[in-house]
Amino acid sequence: MERVPIAGVGMTKFGKQGQRTSRELFGEAAGKAFEDAGLSPDDVDEVFFGNFMGELAEQQGHSGPLAADAAGVTAPATRIESACASSGAAVRHGVNRIRNGDVDVVLVGGAERMTNLSTAEGTAGLAAAADALWEIKSGITFPGAYSLMANRYFHEHGGSREDLAEIAVKNHEHAVENELAQFQRAITVEDVVEAPTVCSPFGLYDCSPMSDGGSAALLVSEEFAEDHGLGPEVAITGTGQNGDRLALQDRVSMTRTPAAERAAEQAYEDAGIGPDDIDVAEVHDCFTIAEALALEALGLYEEGEAIHAATNGETSAGGELPVNLSGGLKAKGHPVGATGGAQISELTKILRGDHVNSDAVSDAEVGITHNAGGTVASCVVNVLEVIA
Amino acid sequence: MSDDERVPDAGYDDWLDAAENGEPYYLESPSGNGWLPPREFDPETGERELSEEPLPESGEILTSTITNVAGPSFADDAPYVVAVAQFGPVRITGQVRGVDHEDVEIGQEVELSVGVNDTEGERLVVFEPV
Repeated sequence: MERVPIAGVGMTKFGKQGQRTSRELFGEAAGKAFEDAGLSPDDVDEVFFGNFMGELAEQQGHSGPLAADAAGVTAPATRIESACASSGAAVRHGVNRIRNGDVDVVLVGGAERMTNLSTAEGTAGLAAAADALWEIKSGITFPGAYSLMANRYFHEHGGSREDLAEIAVKNHEHAVENELAQFQRAITVEDVVEAPTVCSPFGLYDCSPMSDGGSAALLVSEEFAEDHGLGPEVAITGTGQNGDRLALQDRVSMTRTPAAERAAEQAYEDAGIGPDDIDVAEVHDCFTIAEALALEALGLYEEGEAIHAATNGETSAGGELPVNLSGGLKAKGHPVGATGGAQISELTKILRGDHVNSDAVSDAEVGITHNAGGTVASCVVNVLEVIA
Repeated sequence: MSDDERVPDAGYDDWLDAAENGEPYYLESPSGNGWLPPREFDPETGERELSEEPLPESGEILTSTITNVAGPSFADDAPYVVAVAQFGPVRITGQVRGVDHEDVEIGQEVELSVGVNDTEGERLVVFEPV
């Protein structure tokens, strides 16, 4: 299918900035994307804005037009809600609108304000992505749901608490020099294993943090890019999205994520590539086990093998297939509605060569993003390629 | 009704009533897949002819976790054990009680009952070792 150039990207620093509203966070991210692209709000034909918990955290619904306001845009604007995959889905909507020939310039991304809530309120807010009857009423939290997956994974495939810890250690290491990341500090396996337990087997460092932040990207048609002399270096060449039963209990397997498998298959076919072509990946490591599940669903590892990838150094900056060079959700932060857009922003910079960790993959031509909602009842996969 | 009376969730609360009366059930599709209500369709096959079947008396724990950090609705309950257990063709989420948290294991045989959440007094699915 037609490739969709990424004219510009931007994101706020992720972290604890609970006094800032999501509209302000998105406005900042959009401003950076306009500067990066050399475009202005007048150029935008449509806006897709990802946000998950605005009603709970800010008593704010109807945030599509509010996001457009914040970015100085007057255009059709729609909020896309797909839990933590909200802005990945927003990106995909933008890609599809441009490919349909309906529009030339789309502003996509998302924002989330979370740390104005207490830990308990935030935990309850995130749990709203689970089944309200059969999961939440039993006391499931999101760390709890992924813990259920992790413990079953250990039972079926092996792997250890230390293997999970190595994933967190790697992603923290990647974030050390990333000024946009929430945690710019290295941790050790001992730090992870000895941290207070949230839900067995996860300690505090197995979990992505509560974060506030915004992300944005300007997608354009090839014709528009050429007519305006934009010279974009990276394009989205494949996109896929799929779904699964919302509740974990309704899935045949708790150690596989078929929504991601199907989304990946669709994205690979769309881009005309396969898993062997991937040079670098940004995946949805909301909890340490989630990175292993993502790598297996993307076809980058066989089932039951990705748990050892970080331990073996294969997915670190110096490894064969660097994963989450941005620091991932784990260390970069996870303002849920902004995460999918931030993956696009960071991967675009990594491929262009202007990310602090670009040198780790200086010859990279093809990257992939994996953005999941809930326990991967939603998943959006996008393929990015260097085009200039 | 008064403002503080909770409107029941049709399907879910009916199922808890049945479980409390010792008659828990599941919905089975012609393909043999099992689901919990409310369901109009088998989501795997799209089949619509779902029949109520009695739930097997015991099930097997597929996975569990000890939850230390809870949301406000379970603040006074933590720590507690959440598990998914297989009862015939249907899998159910609930809290494991009547056993030390550290002794809950995958493969353990459990029976289903209905308990109460300590924090808010709401009903919930409970598993207890056979």
